[in-house]
Amino acid sequence: MTFLTVVSALFGGILIGLAAAILLFFNNRTAGISGIAAGLIKHWQQDRHWRLSFVIGLVISAPLWRLLIGDISIQINTPLMILVIAGLLVGYGTQLGGGCTSGHGICGNARLSPRSIAATLTFMTTAGITVYLVRHFV
Amino acid sequence: MNLNLSAFASGLTFGLGLIVSQMINPVKVLSFLDVTGNWDPSLALVMAGALLTLGLLQWLIKKSARYRLATNKTKRTLSKEIDAKLITGATLFGIGWGLSGLCPGPALMGLTSGLSGSYVFVAAMFIGFLLFNILHRKH
Repeated sequence: MTFLTVVSALFGGILIGLAAAILLFFNNRTAGISGIAAGLIKHWQQDRHWRLSFVIGLVISAPLWRLLIGDISIQINTPLMILVIAGLLVGYGTQLGGGCTSGHGICGNARLSPRSIAATLTFMTTAGITVYLVRHFV
Repeated sequence: MNLNLSAFASGLTFGLGLIVSQMINPVKVLSFLDVTGNWDPSLALVMAGALLTLGLLQWLIKKSARYRLATNKTKRTLSKEIDAKLITGATLFGIGWGLSGLCPGPALMGLTSGLSGSYVFVAAMFIGFLLFNILHRKH
């Protein structure tokens, strides 16, 4: 870890915390991205406008960065078939568990919710085990 | 402030945070999850930065009159129980995250980064959302 990595990690984290605080203060909402995105396709949800606005802000940040600042390094090395399985697991799992890295990992843990702490420990552990198994046995 | 404008600002700031911290990059995320390999612990600092910032700001927000007024109008009850659904869901999410290095935020941001893998992942993720809606009808 270089000094720059440490600074950019901390500064990036501060921005994420600030983003969640903006949504909490103005919208009284939790910045859980899986929940916000999933709400877009629930026909009984009447509040799709703010959800769409959030997602547009999120996805526009990358092209905006490239336009104003520079390159972003993103690489996906996972085979497409595995991405399908992973996507299904992330979609279904976040709904069943009521959150992902943002909703439980950031927002829930910040208010010291026991559920979010349990969920975070669980998904960190299973993700770590999965990476270990894939790297050593596949 | 307009609710859509603030949601947009929040999404944009969130995205910038994921870019600055490099959490947008699945390869970087996987090297954080690879504890026994060539471990890159920097993503723990992302979480620390986010938790400290949000922790401090939400303490201030919850003291503000505006927030108290808003919560009186829309009282939300947050479930406190750690049940099988929570743990099963988190387990499945963790496996998917570990297989791909993608969680919902960075996956959505891949859509505007020209990565075909992101389209496949996001499509599957929405099918996963839909599957949950069908299997656990709550409406």
